[in-house]
Amino acid sequence: MRTLIRIAAFLSSIVLAQPLLAQNTPVKIFGLVELSGTGATSGTNFNDGIKLAVKEINAAGGILGRKIDYTSNDTQSQPQVSKALAVKAIDDGAYVVMGPVFSGSILVSMVETRRAGVPNFTGGEAAAITQQGNPYIFRTSFTQSTAMPKVARYLKDTVHAKTVAVIWVNNDFGKGGRDVFVKAIEAEGIKLAADISTDPGQLDFSGAVLKAKEANADALFAYSNEEESARVLRELRKQGYPKPVVGETTLTGQKVIELAGDAANGAVAHVGLTADAPDPGIQAFAAKFQKEYNYKPDHNGLKGYTAMYIVKAVTEKVGKFDQKAFADAMHGIKLSVKQYPGILMDVSFDNNGDLDRESFMTKVVNGKQEIIATLPALSAGK
Amino acid sequence: MGDLPQLLVSGIAAGAVYALAALGFTLLWQAAGVINFAQGEFVMLPTFAILIAIKAGASLWLAFLIACALAMLVLGVGFKRVVVDPLVRFGVIPLVIATMGLSIGLKNGTKAGYSALAFPVPSAFPSGQLAFGGVSFSYADLGTLLLAGIIVVGLQSFLNRTVTGRAMQAVAQNTDAARVLGIDVQRMVLYTFLINAVLATVAALLIAPSYLAKFDMGDSIGQKAFFAAIIGGFNQTRGALLGGVLIGVLENIVGFYISPAYKEGVALLLFLAVILFRPEGLLGKAEERKV
Repeated sequence: MRTLIRIAAFLSSIVLAQPLLAQNTPVKIFGLVELSGTGATSGTNFNDGIKLAVKEINAAGGILGRKIDYTSNDTQSQPQVSKALAVKAIDDGAYVVMGPVFSGSILVSMVETRRAGVPNFTGGEAAAITQQGNPYIFRTSFTQSTAMPKVARYLKDTVHAKTVAVIWVNNDFGKGGRDVFVKAIEAEGIKLAADISTDPGQLDFSGAVLKAKEANADALFAYSNEEESARVLRELRKQGYPKPVVGETTLTGQKVIELAGDAANGAVAHVGLTADAPDPGIQAFAAKFQKEYNYKPDHNGLKGYTAMYIVKAVTEKVGKFDQKAFADAMHGIKLSVKQYPGILMDVSFDNNGDLDRESFMTKVVNGKQEIIATLPALSAGK
Repeated sequence: MGDLPQLLVSGIAAGAVYALAALGFTLLWQAAGVINFAQGEFVMLPTFAILIAIKAGASLWLAFLIACALAMLVLGVGFKRVVVDPLVRFGVIPLVIATMGLSIGLKNGTKAGYSALAFPVPSAFPSGQLAFGGVSFSYADLGTLLLAGIIVVGLQSFLNRTVTGRAMQAVAQNTDAARVLGIDVQRMVLYTFLINAVLATVAALLIAPSYLAKFDMGDSIGQKAFFAAIIGGFNQTRGALLGGVLIGVLENIVGFYISPAYKEGVALLLFLAVILFRPEGLLGKAEERKV
């Protein structure tokens, strides 16, 4: 009998000590990132941004006194791998899941994080991601529905384009963007002169560029992932494409500039985040990133970094590690840089998980991205 | 139709690069009975050699020469000694499997050892276009055509007009007879491997500026080189040239007149048609093999 009491007392002490033990154990966050395959550039940047933020947060004492245990897993840019890794992350006790960046992958993997009630930040921009009533999905950049009208307005007011040719990548990101873009230009009275679909991972763009040249539109809108964008720009330069080339997010990204070389000069794009933004906080981040990883971050690096600081900010607001409370708190939240410097720009989230903040029109000049205009957040005028 | 000349030149230029890789395919098959499914990676590796040499401070052309030397050593001598020589006596299938494994190994080795990211490689030719009769041709396409043309003509001259070249052809046609005639068969086979390594390096120089250097860049060119060799005729070097150019031109025409989205399927369709209706290839000769 005495032995039984001792065993019972021992087991009870273990159970009672659990909350205290949990206070000291690291909080697990998993990255589902494209470290190989067609999305390697995006995923590597996103992952490195997260890792830098984790390093800083842990050095400063973690979140609510708990260190972050961050593990990144390579999705190989494949939706089915992303889904399997999401299940594994949930089984391994993920508090939050970061990624994937590719829209096609997140659309598949978020089914699992939603089912398990795990908050999931994504770098994906396809409009469909946040249109499915998933309360656990949050963006790290603009949805295409927010960004494309800004591009269409630029084409109308600044380029004075009456017709536009579009080269787009036929994946969820590209198709979603193309559809929203076409609606946006039609709303501005601009006609679609050529609609040119290309494959993810496509290597040769000579046919696509010839088709764009033949369309003789006033401008070209190029919308593809980083490597393909660089190849398009190289082909445009090779064939001497004479009209303005405009894009959204990827076209003037750091990696695209690096890959396209001189061919990137003159390209204009709307970007939600850029390491070249005239902001001391962002420039300090870019310097730290460069020092840590020996390359200049693109928008995906900023997405990963700011997302991790958003996790920290919101968890601290909630005051505990509760995934449901975290997701609830995210909806309608407004975070300011003054209060949370790591988020780099003031940001707000709506009830769908879409974010809103300032954005930029950028142009590549002499191999560098220059800000040609800062566009206010949509909510700024409200 | 005003775009047709430009489409043709650009298609022949792209096809010429496929043809260089396909030429290596057929040469190895004829000389050593090797179907090299790592041919795409044989283009990828010199691309990274060029990239590394440039980063070390070499000019593009010096980097190309360094890559040629390394390719001859690793993809020529090394490939023959380490992979082909020990396996060739077991027949075609073990070698096919070995080269498939080699392809996977080289890709993943490059990914793990260097990076999974893409890297820019400078072009050997100036940017810009040459306008001619209202049609403009890019210097890159014209340069590619010129260089590939010189390589092909040079190789054909070497094979047809030199004693060594004829000895290599003799080995390709009948190894036993060549040996009886006193030809050093192993040396001739080694020369074929060295030529294949150089052809792959030239293909790397020409294609890397637009493909970008990436560990999996060989997938596409390896596949197209294989298709080109089959389409043209696996036992004919001229067939590889025809197959490569045919794929390049048709890809451009389909990409332009139908949709760029269907471009990648052209080589496969052509390959299927040839396999079904003329399995020996367009210029190939039907041959019976000993069993």
